[in-house]
Amino acid sequence: MADTPIPLEVRNITKRFGDTEVLKGLSLEARKGDVITLIGASGSGKSTFLRCMNLLEQPNEGELIVHGEPIIFKQTRHGREPADWKQVVRIRAKLSMVFQSFNLWAHMTLLENVIEAPVHVLGKPKKEAIEHARALLERVGLAAHADYYPAQMSGGQQQRGAIARALAMDPEVMLFDEPTSALDPELVGDVLKVMRDLAEEGRTMIVVTHEMAFARDVSTQVIYLHQGHVEEAGPPDQVLGNPRSERLKQFLAPKH
Amino acid sequence: MIDLHGYGPRLLEGALVTIELALLSLVLAIVLGLVTASAKMSRSWLAHRIGTLYTTIIRGVPDLVLMMLMFFGGQIGINQFTDWLYTQFAIDIFINVNEFAAGVITIGLIFGAYMGETFRGAFLAVDSGQIEAGRAYGMNHWLVFRRIRFPQMMRHAIPGLSNNWMVLLKTTALVSVIGLSDMVRIATEASKATREPFTFMIIVAAIYLLIASVSEWGFARLQKRYNVGYTEAD
Repeated sequence: MADTPIPLEVRNITKRFGDTEVLKGLSLEARKGDVITLIGASGSGKSTFLRCMNLLEQPNEGELIVHGEPIIFKQTRHGREPADWKQVVRIRAKLSMVFQSFNLWAHMTLLENVIEAPVHVLGKPKKEAIEHARALLERVGLAAHADYYPAQMSGGQQQRGAIARALAMDPEVMLFDEPTSALDPELVGDVLKVMRDLAEEGRTMIVVTHEMAFARDVSTQVIYLHQGHVEEAGPPDQVLGNPRSERLKQFLAPKH
Repeated sequence: MIDLHGYGPRLLEGALVTIELALLSLVLAIVLGLVTASAKMSRSWLAHRIGTLYTTIIRGVPDLVLMMLMFFGGQIGINQFTDWLYTQFAIDIFINVNEFAAGVITIGLIFGAYMGETFRGAFLAVDSGQIEAGRAYGMNHWLVFRRIRFPQMMRHAIPGLSNNWMVLLKTTALVSVIGLSDMVRIATEASKATREPFTFMIIVAAIYLLIASVSEWGFARLQKRYNVGYTEAD
């Protein structure tokens, strides 16, 4: 085990929007099979932190190491940017993201969505990609929906489809950005079920979520963010079961 | 039966010139339009300025004036350049501005500016989450453009594109002033010779209308193709 590189290491990330510092030196280490949940109030920086990991946002400082490969940055007129966009493209292909608003490509069927990146980014033969995609759709319970367009599916179906799209990349790490926040309450369960199964089969996952039950039952580590820094972090029974910080206690307290 | 006094075949040739001129101008206008839209959305200050200058000039000057400027002004410019080549390097060449090429370039330039605005609006209408998903899955700029931005943009662009095409088609009638033997010029000649302007102009009108109707049908099909996956409501 010691020889396999760590899927994702993040060291001392900072991020500013204008004069506002939204991330104040955040670090994280996702080892194989880890399920790390990021919790915190809105505005705590958890989504921005996640988006820095696949460089949808450019961190102002800090290091990112994906599967042992550090990302190289350079200073430009517009601030710090990755020096080699080919490297970024290669690394993003190892970190699949599942979005809050699903973002399935609207002009493609579900099956086309799932094979798109494997075929055009990874260069997988189309036939093989289709076989793999069908198996994945079966797994998330959407085998019958392969030829549907996103607009013809419910939010929960779209999000499970988006998870299949993420799995099709055989990612090192899966990044979930509030995957159930845009769903009607009765549709949340199916999506969480799929995510629990993924955790059980040993997928490395980083999940931004408001679902405390999921965080408690599934994660190996919980990180509570407050105003861009880590207020408390550790195993779920400790962080959620016996919080030390006053803020976290308030955050976890029943709201009404 | 209408008597065309033997002008029938020439009118058909003219109609072909009109169609070729319109289609080639359309291709040039689409290319220029995509470039202009990218320039105007670019974060480079210079590209943005050049794009804006181009659309401002073209949209602010009448098409007929632009066409004469390009054709006659272009010839003078080229003559001066070849004179200069001769005095400086003793290279003796003569370049004559071809009416057809001048027509394609002028109409292409004019409608490139309008297409630029159409495309820009259409690109901005594409949901940013769709593009972000492409980037997150390891697509480079070109792949995101080809697989996501372009097909989704086209859905929003087609109504404007179709409108621009109709106006472009009718603008081709202007090239007769620079001496290109298009359908309108041949009909004008025929009208003068036979003193039956109505006969020839009604035929020209009918042919334009026919081309326009076929195009409308084509655009409707194209719209249907790019609307795949969307419900009527969005």
